[in-house]
Amino acid sequence: MAKKLMKGCEAIGEAAIQAGCRLFFGYPITPQNEIPEYMAARLPQVGGTFVQAESELAASNMIYGASAAGCRCLTSSSSPGISLMQEAISYMVGSELPAVIVNIMRAGPGLGGILPSQADYRQAVKGGGHGDYRVLVLCPSSVQEAADLVIDAFDLADRYRNPVLVLGDGLIGQMMEPVEFKPRPPVALPPKDWAANGCKGRKPNIINSLYLVPEVCEQVNHRIAARYQVWEEKETRHSGHNLDSKYDLLLVANGSVARVCQTAIDDLKASGVEVGLFRPISLYPFPIKALREAAARAKNVLVVELNMGQMRDDVDSFLQGRVPVHFYGRQGGMMAAPEEVIEQARAILAGRSN
Amino acid sequence: MQTVFARPESLATVSTHYCPGCTHGIIHRLVGEILDELGVRERTVGIAPVGCAVLAYNYFNCDMIESSHGRATAVATGVKRARPDLCVFTYQGDGDLASIGMGETIHVANRGEKITVIFVNNAIYGMTGGQMAPTTLPGQVATTCPLGREVETAGWPIRMAELLASLRTPAYITRVAVHTPLHVAKAKQVVRKAFQHQLAGRCFSLIEFLSTCPTNWGMTPLEATRWLEANMIPYYPLGEYKTPE
Repeated sequence: MAKKLMKGCEAIGEAAIQAGCRLFFGYPITPQNEIPEYMAARLPQVGGTFVQAESELAASNMIYGASAAGCRCLTSSSSPGISLMQEAISYMVGSELPAVIVNIMRAGPGLGGILPSQADYRQAVKGGGHGDYRVLVLCPSSVQEAADLVIDAFDLADRYRNPVLVLGDGLIGQMMEPVEFKPRPPVALPPKDWAANGCKGRKPNIINSLYLVPEVCEQVNHRIAARYQVWEEKETRHSGHNLDSKYDLLLVANGSVARVCQTAIDDLKASGVEVGLFRPISLYPFPIKALREAAARAKNVLVVELNMGQMRDDVDSFLQGRVPVHFYGRQGGMMAAPEEVIEQARAILAGRSN
Repeated sequence: MQTVFARPESLATVSTHYCPGCTHGIIHRLVGEILDELGVRERTVGIAPVGCAVLAYNYFNCDMIESSHGRATAVATGVKRARPDLCVFTYQGDGDLASIGMGETIHVANRGEKITVIFVNNAIYGMTGGQMAPTTLPGQVATTCPLGREVETAGWPIRMAELLASLRTPAYITRVAVHTPLHVAKAKQVVRKAFQHQLAGRCFSLIEFLSTCPTNWGMTPLEATRWLEANMIPYYPLGEYKTPE
């Protein structure tokens, strides 16, 4: 397929189709309405099914059902709607069901605003709902990457029988960029012999997260947590910019704001100042080892986010005091400009920042 | 020797946790008998609720999914839309279906999902120990209305069959009881019809079963049966409320 100019939300929808997803359940919320709208038009063309649910509670439980029946399915929402989906996400982890959920983040707390934000970082990477669990979190910084990560998300969800969250800020969902869907070799995945889809020729399957015997429930917690260990070994992803230079300052940023940082770094480089960018793509599991390696070559680290410093807290704990960690953030739907990042970087390099 | 009575294949060979005198066992059996008679056990997926029937996934001998509280019909929607060839039923109590899951209940019926809902109304929260339900009768004592349900503050009990029958989307909506052998025999015909409507792809179907809860009503099974007859049936009249056009 040739390159096509697409909105991030539309590319996410098409990526799901390319991944073999034929079911979408969702509820309208800005700024991600183009995903359900795209799926409503596109799914019938490929024999798929679109359902507009009565709420995010219902939509997320519909994907619980469709996934339990062994089918790839997608839901998407934005921050307040994702809060409502946490119930089903927790149940899907407990029942060991694959699912792909897209959060195109807007500002909070509460109803917040409809402009880009990264304010759900903590909710996404720490679990989000009740119970002791994690979801695999992938964070794109371009429309092409959003499409690629959605396709990967379906494979990862099926491989690990765990929900995967694609976490994009509003800018990723709303901006238009060229995107290409290249043919991919088929991926070998385990059979879904656990699905509740009729017990012909076998014993009945039960999809369940209730374990009233504490010893059993504890074992289940351990079984689920074991896969997080595997993720940390196998599924971390990161990227960078200007990391082969001799930098004194390392920026750490994800999503659209990492692009802003990239522009700032290029401008600084033009004036003879070398700054590196470390961009985690998997926010959970966080690429801790790679971060430490990149930070080991810097005298200072500056985390730039569209929130009050949620990833900064993680970076701080991952670096264990080896390098001073600074923070610059915008909130409420405001976007950091390259000039602001440059000013922060120059202040740190000049020893003017704490 | 001729077998005149046996456990349906669609019920697992286990003992249930239901209290003596509770009618969940009868309702399970009716569903099991009909799944057997229609020959659909191997392509059936049941959705268990949160409430007294939370462990129903252990009692039906078909594929089962345990739902979160109130969302059984959303889960069923996901299964049925993913696999329209499957026979899908939910099994829910009054708290699950008429309180926390009211939104899901109305919308699943309004979308006309081709599923069958088994709704067990015993006018109380059983599993959590006898709290007021949306279907608790006026004046009926529960642990969260110790002086009896006051309609001035708690509202009147919700008549789900009537409420759902008011929707324009075609559906099969019926209320039955299972407190006498005659009622059980009639209810079985209704269960058959409900599943037949689903299997023919005709419409959404819901059966409201009036059920007893001797434990939380504080009665003997016999007293509970009489109380149901004297108090529940007058407020919740039995019969077909909606049939597909």
